Amino acid sequence: MSAAAWQAGRGDPIARLARYLHAHPRVTLALLLTPPLLWLGVIYLGSLLALLAQSFFYIDEFSGQVVRQLSLRTYAELLTEPNLLVVARTVAMAAAVTFACALIAFPIAYYMVRYASVRLKALMYLGVMVPLWSSYIVRVYSWKLILAKEGVITWLAEHLGALWLLEAILAVPVLGGPSLSFSMFGTFIVFVYIWVPFMILPIVAALERVPRSLMEASADLGAAPLATFRRVILPLAFPGVVAGSIFTFSLTLGDYIIPKVIGTSHPYIGTVVYAQQGVAGNVPLAAAFTVVPMIVMAVYLTIARRLGAFNAL
Amino acid sequence: MKTHSAKRHSARRKPFKRMAARAIGAAAATALAVGSVGAAPLQRLGAGEGRVDIVAWPGYIERGQTDAKFDWVTDFEKKTGCKVNVKTAGTSDEMVALMNEGGFDLVTASGDASLRLIAGKRVQEVNVGLVPSYGKIDPRLQKAAWHHVDGKHYGVPYQWGYNVLAYNTKVFTTPPNSWEVVFKEMNLPDGKSNKGRVQAFDGPIYIADAALYLKATQPALGITDPYSLDEKQYKAALDLLRQQRKIVARYWHDAFVQIDDFTNEGLAASSSWGFQVNVLKSKGQPIASVVPKEGATGWADTTMMHVDSKHPNCAYMWLEHSINPKLQGDLSAWFGSVPVVLSACKGNALLGDKGCENNGLNEFERIAFWRTPVANCGGGRTCVPYYKWVSDYIAVLGGR
Repeated sequence: MSAAAWQAGRGDPIARLARYLHAHPRVTLALLLTPPLLWLGVIYLGSLLALLAQSFFYIDEFSGQVVRQLSLRTYAELLTEPNLLVVARTVAMAAAVTFACALIAFPIAYYMVRYASVRLKALMYLGVMVPLWSSYIVRVYSWKLILAKEGVITWLAEHLGALWLLEAILAVPVLGGPSLSFSMFGTFIVFVYIWVPFMILPIVAALERVPRSLMEASADLGAAPLATFRRVILPLAFPGVVAGSIFTFSLTLGDYIIPKVIGTSHPYIGTVVYAQQGVAGNVPLAAAFTVVPMIVMAVYLTIARRLGAFNAL
Repeated sequence: MKTHSAKRHSARRKPFKRMAARAIGAAAATALAVGSVGAAPLQRLGAGEGRVDIVAWPGYIERGQTDAKFDWVTDFEKKTGCKVNVKTAGTSDEMVALMNEGGFDLVTASGDASLRLIAGKRVQEVNVGLVPSYGKIDPRLQKAAWHHVDGKHYGVPYQWGYNVLAYNTKVFTTPPNSWEVVFKEMNLPDGKSNKGRVQAFDGPIYIADAALYLKATQPALGITDPYSLDEKQYKAALDLLRQQRKIVARYWHDAFVQIDDFTNEGLAASSSWGFQVNVLKSKGQPIASVVPKEGATGWADTTMMHVDSKHPNCAYMWLEHSINPKLQGDLSAWFGSVPVVLSACKGNALLGDKGCENNGLNEFERIAFWRTPVANCGGGRTCVPYYKWVSDYIAVLGGR
């Protein structure tokens, strides 16, 4: 830079600012970090804390108005039997959905990583992702038609002579019902369908990081394919399964649309929160209910950590 | 929880937007617990302020954008110079929240919102003297309890409708005459049990439907009003609903899902709205509806004025406009509801001469209109408030 240009630049406020920031890297860092930290701290954590605070208020028995006084009454109400049943039902459903998603996702992910050609792999990626780009609501409603009493599955069962099987499935107490879309099986199937991509993608990512050389070494040392899978691949890919399970588990815990459209109208945490905060105006109880998935997830993550799921991170 | 095609439709299309609006609204509602003191109503109509802001159910205030035939805003704007701005709301709770927030002149409130608005001092007394056509309103509605409080008018009736018993005509060769078919396990005329083939509404307000049935079938309980239930009456209603849980495989909450259930799931009977029945009939499905001998629950909407209305003159002009027979008849045809001005029932091309009857005009006396259940239900009685209804209905659905 010539002395003249340097001289000319001195008066320019932008150039002065640039020089100042260059000389004070900490200020630069603070300026860059403040907006995202504000977002995280105020909007994200702040709203969470506001929610938590709401759960310590309670509803006045007579007027139905929220009383803004700290109290554990709402939690006492949360711990009554019908509400605990809702929590148990939701957690059981989330666990079942997560397990099924893992069972379905692992072979698909494994095939994508180990066997599929580059083109097929791209196609499979697309196949996994495309449903995520279309409307969630539309997909849920179309499943309603598929599972209906006069829908495709019943029709198929009729033509394959497997109606007895369908009827046997629907006759299972609690889980069954008059038709698949009117049963807990239906809710389960749709949950699995909707969340399975969230399981496939992390497992693919994890499997891709398993070096082929380790598997070859395992084979060279005389391990049967199953032993290699059990003792080499699975432990190395397990963090991916756990990452996926965090998605499927927490998404099922919070969802309120699928149980409203498909199933037996048994309440889940999401639907109860929706009803309590919207219809009832009982924001404290709704807030207390949303604390439940937080606790469940905290316990879940602790267990996952104990299992060593985050060691590879 | 409100009832109509257009409402439900939009509710379905924008659930997240609606949720967001509601979340903000709920926050605002709790923040604004203190209402301002209501001023005396306007005594003389002045010049219009150039605009009027209305909170309304989707489809309630049409300017021909959905269907050019249904337009009752354009001519009003031309005539008065008041530009109409509509903010749609999908639930009664959202309406209350928006009114708490302020910035609006009018709201089309249902009976389960109107008393809350009056009690919360969010709406002002309306001088019906400035609404010249008020006297032409159906006399049964002029001083209805959901907008006429302590001798004061808090709004102008807009439209009403009710919940029907929809049934499959192939199962019922003669119309069922009692709600019994959805409450008690029994064999239907086709010889098969009703278990798994009937539905009930997935909303706590449905407890009132059970109470209405008990009012007729168990007079010993002494139920006079299904929205004012004391502990004993309330418990009886819950017991009935727990029995019902055993025969209901799924509860309905979305009109379109129920239409699908009637089409694809072999439903025999359910509480429903005129809207679903009309759509199903138009698709050639063997579905009809009836108001059983016990009567039915229903909704009646009132246009109410915000306590801090910034455009009171335009608001009064709209109130007058809102009950002109042409608008009332068109709205009734559009919405499947009933006009509050009886002269609207004749000579309306869109509605047809039988339109009002088809939408339920003659059933008025048998309908228990929605109100928010409150603890202080008058006459020295203490009733079970609405928030309890919500928790308990969730428990019933959960099988407890």
